[in-house]
Amino acid sequence: MSEWIAACAVDDIDPEDVIPFRHDGVDYAVYRSPQGEFFATAGHCTHERMPLCDGLVMDNTIECPKHNGRFDYTTGKAAGAPVLVDLRTFPVKIEDGTVHIGIG
Amino acid sequence: MNLMGRERLKRYSLVGPEAEHAVVAGLAGGTDWFRSDMPRKRMKELMRRSDYPAIRDTAIWLGAMAACGALGVVFWGGWLAVPFFAAYGVLYGSSSDSRWHECGHGTAFKSRWMDHSIYQLASFMVMRDPTVWRWSHTRHHTDTLILGRDPEILVMRPARLARILANFFGLVDVPVALGDMVLHAAGRITAAERTFVPESEQAKVFRTARIWLVVYVATIAACVLSGSILPAMLIGGPRLYGAFMLSVYGLTQHAGMGENVLDHRLNTRTVYMSRINRFLYWNMNYHVEHHMFPMVPYHQLPELHEEIKSDLAPAYPSLWAAYKEIVPAVLRQLKDPTYYVHRELPPGAPPYHPRSDGRALALEPKRSS
Repeated sequence: MSEWIAACAVDDIDPEDVIPFRHDGVDYAVYRSPQGEFFATAGHCTHERMPLCDGLVMDNTIECPKHNGRFDYTTGKAAGAPVLVDLRTFPVKIEDGTVHIGIG
Repeated sequence: MNLMGRERLKRYSLVGPEAEHAVVAGLAGGTDWFRSDMPRKRMKELMRRSDYPAIRDTAIWLGAMAACGALGVVFWGGWLAVPFFAAYGVLYGSSSDSRWHECGHGTAFKSRWMDHSIYQLASFMVMRDPTVWRWSHTRHHTDTLILGRDPEILVMRPARLARILANFFGLVDVPVALGDMVLHAAGRITAAERTFVPESEQAKVFRTARIWLVVYVATIAACVLSGSILPAMLIGGPRLYGAFMLSVYGLTQHAGMGENVLDHRLNTRTVYMSRINRFLYWNMNYHVEHHMFPMVPYHQLPELHEEIKSDLAPAYPSLWAAYKEIVPAVLRQLKDPTYYVHRELPPGAPPYHPRSDGRALALEPKRSS
């Protein structure tokens, strides 16, 4: 069962963008798709632990800022070299204009 | 090989002692490098992808190559063929380097398939296995000029001058590439490659090598059957006779600069170049900017340069100015391998990263004599 944590306000993230969120010393990345949907993944690239919040969001893809590895942030699926391990994803819900992510 | 040569190679080997020393010293892994501050909004504008500039530039590049190659064939046997093959050779044997580079980062085009296609083509032309070199370049970005970690250090200390000079005509790179291709086609990779190419990726290496081998064997067969080197002038040969600009451009990136530092302002150069050179090199002359922000496409690098240049030592005004520094520095390193180019930052620029001693001699434990 997920523990829901308030991560940010809906308006804190531009469409097609990502912001960082830290809870209990763990980094997360929270995304807003071009269609206005919200998603959350682990905060670092599975390749070399670079922070994904500095990366580029294009449609459903997040590109790592260091080596340009790409993931589908809606599923966590790695898109190929240099990222070969999928990204962990977390459920998201919106309540009263706040983005909550389910951890645990 | 003399003792100095063996010691030097050991220091730069990915499977030598420096690899472990770099990890222990906290230099490996690439998470702590200096980066200029940049507002997220502006960074997103600079990172934005577009197909148009790369389609335009690729059409000009391949179109010019096709025209020069065709005219070279038409005038083959006469002096008129020389300028056309000279141009064809540079477009094939030198410019393929920058196309390989930008498409390898996945930033040149917005469309993934276009990037992938040009990456495969340019990899073939520059004779770099697309899988091995993707991983090699990934490591180069993680651990730029970190001894024992970076597989792409062109100029060691002291420099192997004969190799560098020979490589102006591909005389080292090409035999090594062909040897690796045969090795890969046989289903094997080198010990150094094994340190950065994941096992799950190795099947791609073997498959590519077998395809390339067929192409080169067919080219050689065409030469034998036609009794002419013309087929090799078009395929493979340009990596020899047209490779000199690859070296001219490529050596400006890091030669003579600091090793084992965590600040690209200390180990990388940005050099202003003419419009033609920037076309041939796809703006890789903005190399500090590229290393600091590899997500920015080549066509946006001049703008990125304008944004962060107040944080950097002044860019070199020309290739000539860069070589006026590189040649004496590399020659001085023949006698004093601790020497490196250390440039002053402009007033107000953020200071260098604390790990900024570029002499790179402290990691190897001293031996008892």
